[in-house]
Amino acid sequence: MSTRLTRGGRLIDRTAAVEFSFNGKRMRGFHGDTLAAALLANDQMLVGRSFKYHRPRGIVASGPEEPNALVNLGSGARLEPNQRATTTELFDGLECTSQNHWPSLEFDVGVVNNHVSRFLPAGFYYKTFIHPRPFWKHVFEPIIRRSAGLGKAPTQPDPDRYEQAYAFCDVLVIGAGVAGLKVAKAAADAGQRVILLEQSPTLGGRAPVDQTEVDGQPVETWLSAMEADLAARDNVTIRTRTCGFGVYDHGYVLADERVADHTPGDGRPKHRLWRIRAGRIVSATGAIERPLSFAGNDIPGVMLASAVRDYVVNYAVSPGDRTVIVTNNDSAYQTALALKAAGLDVPAILDAREAADGALPQAARAAGIRVLTGKAIARVKGTKRVTGVAICAQAGEGAVQEEIACEAVAMSGGWSPVVHLFSHCGGKLLWDETISAFIPDPARPPLNHDGSAMVECVGAAAGDLDLTGTPVAIPPVWVMPQGAPIQLRSKMWLDYQNDVKVSDVELASREGYVSVEHTKRYTTLGMATDQGKLSNINGLSVLAETLGQEIPQVGTTTFRPPYTPVTIGALAGEARGEIFQPLRKTPMHAAHEKAGAYFEPVGLWRRPYCFPRPGETHEQAVHREVLNTRQNLGLLDASTLGKIIVKGPDAGKFLDMLYTGVMSTLPVGKCRYGLMCNEQGFLIDDGVVARIDEDTWLCHTTSGGADRIHAWMEDWLQCEWWDWQVYTANVTEQYAQVAVVGPNARKLLQVLGGMDVSKEALPFMHWADGTLAGLPARVYRISFSGELSYEIAVPASHGAAFWAACTQAGKALGAMPYGTEALHIMRAEKGFIMIGDETDGTVIPQDLGLDWAISKKKADYLGKRGQERTFLASPDRWKLVGFETLDGSVIPDGAYVIAEGVNANGQRNTQGRVTSTYYSPTLKRGIAMGLLKHGPARMGEVVEFNTVAGGTVKARVRDTVFYDKDGEKQNV
Amino acid sequence: MKRYSVFAIAREAARYHMGWERAWASPEPKPAYEVIIVGAGGHGLATAYYLGKNFGITNVAVVEKGWLGGGNTGRNTTIIRSNYLQDSSAAIYEKARSLYETLSQELNYNVMFSPRGVMMLAQTHHEVRGYLRTAHANALQGVATEFITPQRVKELCPILNIDGPRYPVLGALWQPRGGTGRHDAVAWGYARACSAMGMHIIQNCEVKGVRSENGQVTGVDTTKGFIGCKKLGLVVAGHSGQLAEMAGFRLPIEAVALQALVSEPIKPCMDVVVMANTVHGYMSQSDKGEMVIGGGTDGFNNYTQRGSFHHIEETLRALVETFPIISRLKMLRQWGGIVDMTGDRSPLISKTPLGNCFINCGWGTGGFKAIPGSGWAMAELMAKGEPGPLAAEFNMWRFKEGRFIDESVAAGVAH
Repeated sequence: MSTRLTRGGRLIDRTAAVEFSFNGKRMRGFHGDTLAAALLANDQMLVGRSFKYHRPRGIVASGPEEPNALVNLGSGARLEPNQRATTTELFDGLECTSQNHWPSLEFDVGVVNNHVSRFLPAGFYYKTFIHPRPFWKHVFEPIIRRSAGLGKAPTQPDPDRYEQAYAFCDVLVIGAGVAGLKVAKAAADAGQRVILLEQSPTLGGRAPVDQTEVDGQPVETWLSAMEADLAARDNVTIRTRTCGFGVYDHGYVLADERVADHTPGDGRPKHRLWRIRAGRIVSATGAIERPLSFAGNDIPGVMLASAVRDYVVNYAVSPGDRTVIVTNNDSAYQTALALKAAGLDVPAILDAREAADGALPQAARAAGIRVLTGKAIARVKGTKRVTGVAICAQAGEGAVQEEIACEAVAMSGGWSPVVHLFSHCGGKLLWDETISAFIPDPARPPLNHDGSAMVECVGAAAGDLDLTGTPVAIPPVWVMPQGAPIQLRSKMWLDYQNDVKVSDVELASREGYVSVEHTKRYTTLGMATDQGKLSNINGLSVLAETLGQEIPQVGTTTFRPPYTPVTIGALAGEARGEIFQPLRKTPMHAAHEKAGAYFEPVGLWRRPYCFPRPGETHEQAVHREVLNTRQNLGLLDASTLGKIIVKGPDAGKFLDMLYTGVMSTLPVGKCRYGLMCNEQGFLIDDGVVARIDEDTWLCHTTSGGADRIHAWMEDWLQCEWWDWQVYTANVTEQYAQVAVVGPNARKLLQVLGGMDVSKEALPFMHWADGTLAGLPARVYRISFSGELSYEIAVPASHGAAFWAACTQAGKALGAMPYGTEALHIMRAEKGFIMIGDETDGTVIPQDLGLDWAISKKKADYLGKRGQERTFLASPDRWKLVGFETLDGSVIPDGAYVIAEGVNANGQRNTQGRVTSTYYSPTLKRGIAMGLLKHGPARMGEVVEFNTVAGGTVKARVRDTVFYDKDGEKQNV
Repeated sequence: MKRYSVFAIAREAARYHMGWERAWASPEPKPAYEVIIVGAGGHGLATAYYLGKNFGITNVAVVEKGWLGGGNTGRNTTIIRSNYLQDSSAAIYEKARSLYETLSQELNYNVMFSPRGVMMLAQTHHEVRGYLRTAHANALQGVATEFITPQRVKELCPILNIDGPRYPVLGALWQPRGGTGRHDAVAWGYARACSAMGMHIIQNCEVKGVRSENGQVTGVDTTKGFIGCKKLGLVVAGHSGQLAEMAGFRLPIEAVALQALVSEPIKPCMDVVVMANTVHGYMSQSDKGEMVIGGGTDGFNNYTQRGSFHHIEETLRALVETFPIISRLKMLRQWGGIVDMTGDRSPLISKTPLGNCFINCGWGTGGFKAIPGSGWAMAELMAKGEPGPLAAEFNMWRFKEGRFIDESVAAGVAH
């Protein structure tokens, strides 16, 4: 059984006991333990079930490469699925449960898949579940979905918060092992700003476990001196528990700091996402040990040799009293020595090599350990935990020569440098024959903008597996034994989590899925949560062997970020709930809230849709607001309207290009309605332009369009007409704007007092500066409702006061506020178009009967040539008309005008569609505008609109102005 | 071609699966073919398949620079839907969707078409009106969609937050027979069926030049030498511009990076596909349990198959807001693909200025769902030399006439 040793454990604090639970079972560990170490210390060898066959799974590694020991961590809103036990720091009260089994970890029904695994090879699901057709959706897929999937989804919103932060440095070192620490110190000595990231809580990497000395000093001495040195420097920042997980173009690195994973609920952010821009990136990310492929290598108790060493040395955890070592290189001998030193038994070291005479093998022999060279494991005995191994010759086919009882197997198939960060942005790899591994090719690194290397690797990440610089040789051993028959190869696991075996890769190869990407996708090799950290190299070497190719010819799959999975909350950051996106409020917002407004989102703005009174529906409120505005006085908060100042000697010329009409000739003091099109000719925005002075114009845009149109202006000025002297400023938020609308509009302004707003002083489509209610005001005499109307702009800081003044003074005149829906209805009654309703990116002004707003004299404007193309100039285009239903009802939103017959694709022909459709409280009937083929020539004709229910609505074609055709109401 | 079935698996299991044959052959190129398709992605392979199936043309080679299905076919978020607004779009996407319904049976390869339903959320009044319009259009186009209430949205997808403070859900356009498929399997299934008809799929064979005489195509220079043909189909998505240049013409196409990501696998928690265009994000859950997530395109052109990370952050921000439970899941893998965008964001299935050279490209961010319909229409165009009704509107000269097929109203962002 695995257990805690009575002495040792460099990372644990035996004075600080910690209680936790696994599957409801209470257990004890120490401060400093990882969850995996604590589980092993409690003899919890079985920790989960695999994805496909539901085979028993135990801890195999000691770091982020762990494929098996994934748990549901926490409960309720703090449940976190697929948490790796090997990187989870133990804390008091930790609760976790194992995954992917039913009804329990010990007795999992899903293990039936294991018993029939021969019928479930790689890709079996592509070859079956085909008939009968409805069964895929209703039977097969639900079963597959339920048996797959590992952890449970949380059911409640995340109560934790996450931060994001920026950092800049000259040198970013990722990985604080000996190699990384040395680079950091050298850069710091040179006066550079250094950031050093380390994914684990402690510095030093593997050195404290694997080395006795660094640079002639005892490793712990060297390490404490180095830590103290770096900590004392102002130009060095060390971040532990921080994983540099992705390298992006231009020296951009993302790192995930696990701030409070080990102290949940303490008020600190759970994670912090670091966005780092670095002058130089150094990947000191070390190497990961590879498993060996032998039959039964997935049984709980079979672990990486380095992991066994880590558990013994760092946590004083024994994986079992008797551990057999199996290896193809010297490093695993360290495990044997560490176990021996801890007083544990190592019955044998099985070395696949014919000879093992290095310093470590000699030391092992000297320690009395039995070393068998040229040997391999024929198979591991046991089901839910290892009970022994059967030994055979590596050169043979698996004939058992001896059986040894043991409780654990420590394996080492060599080491793979962690080249992920080097590869994220296109760094290329070399196959190193000496250590049988891919190493970064220093001649083909990822590049900076200037062609220099963006990422360099040092230490084990660069293939230098020994700190002292002693060359290490690791012969390739991809299958054990070499001549293993299919019966054994179909029991050799490559990917423990996804259940991909040597035989599966061979099957993929046999079936022609020979591109390494095909093999991966067909077998799911390397697609598990460890993203192939343990399995990829072993898998592709098997593939290479089946193809008779060299490994570098086969190549690797692409290394993609993130290096280890990153919590989505950390990537989303603080922006959630109320601050998900900024909320824009007009200066009068509080007054609207007080008045009981029902708001609708318009871009990031909130605008009152209507102001329902107690007992009123929204519809009733809207109708009341329309009628009151038409009969008395309405007040609209128009502050969201886009306002862009365009100024400069060439401003007139610029606006003449931007708008379809002429703005350069507009006299100071007057307003003109303008249309903007894109280069294709399609209408993109409209609004009233006012000329402020000789070289200044104020352009009103739609509420949703202000930012877009400002960017559009700058695009042309910066990219195309950069030599024109024009300056733009988006002043939308600098002004509050109120539309005072209705027969009593002038009276209200007269009551407010301060300037002459008479018909003579301020005619229609004019503007004037002055004072109203004691506040500086700019008054535009324009109308979007057909009523007598003024739009008054005041500085934003006066908006609330001005609104209050209007409301107060308006009481006697029957004033009521109205919202966007009443605005829409009134403009539709007058036949005014609305961008986004009458337009959808495919409509030109000519379609809408707006030819009058297009200059015939101008040589050019944006969209002119687009509109001259045959399809846009065609007389057959759908054009704007009005519609009245025969029965007075409202045409459904989005309905099409149907035509006879079907087209070549069998679709019903259409000849038009509705663009705006409302119940008009003024006319007490449904009114609509829409586009109709040859529309203006078809006045009086009755057409049919479709409904989604399959019916039709009959309507008569008419002109678009339903109300006050002669403009008598606005021109008073 | 040996048929795949549960019985075949049982038979093979007895001999440890040693008897399976190659899914598709790996031949050396012949000196010439009747038809060469450049690009062994889904669209190219489907074109070849329907050339054989519908027109009996099997003297076909599909040449591929890398590995088949390795471009956008193997990089997308596998959504299949046809709730498009414009008639010509709805026609070809619905043709594709209806072919997906029976594709597994037809190819004898399980492409895992899962008609679990696709909903597109309406989160502004403007979006409500837009989707109502699409629903009316779809009713006339023979595409089964409906506009559903927020309550129904919640029933269909309980993990959705319909009361978000910024963009509450006001309804959704629901296509019950939309869904997902297994993207790789679509390419593999077509490849196997093409190979069974005697067509040659030639991987690791890059086209370096297009040869012509008297304005008619005569073949292609490749890394495996010259291969002659009577007809040439260019079906290479993001690299269409380069192939067109070899063929001597220019295309109204630009290439931008589009990104996607998956979470770690979890047990089933979402049975439908949800697209939230106002906040820019979409999500579904794969059969493995991963949450499959896609977002927006980069604002600049490039060919690197990597995108700008802030798009990933924006997408996740939007989706955490829409699906609060995903906050504690982890992003397992992110990647990018190069999408080929036309001016109206609709594809080209077209003759070209070069005689007997045809092009199929411009599927932009939504090509996977179109594969069977696209192949069907392209095969008809190549076999007859003139487009059939499905491809008619998608010719490359429509930009000259201003005859746009603009889906921006309905499709908002990426697909």
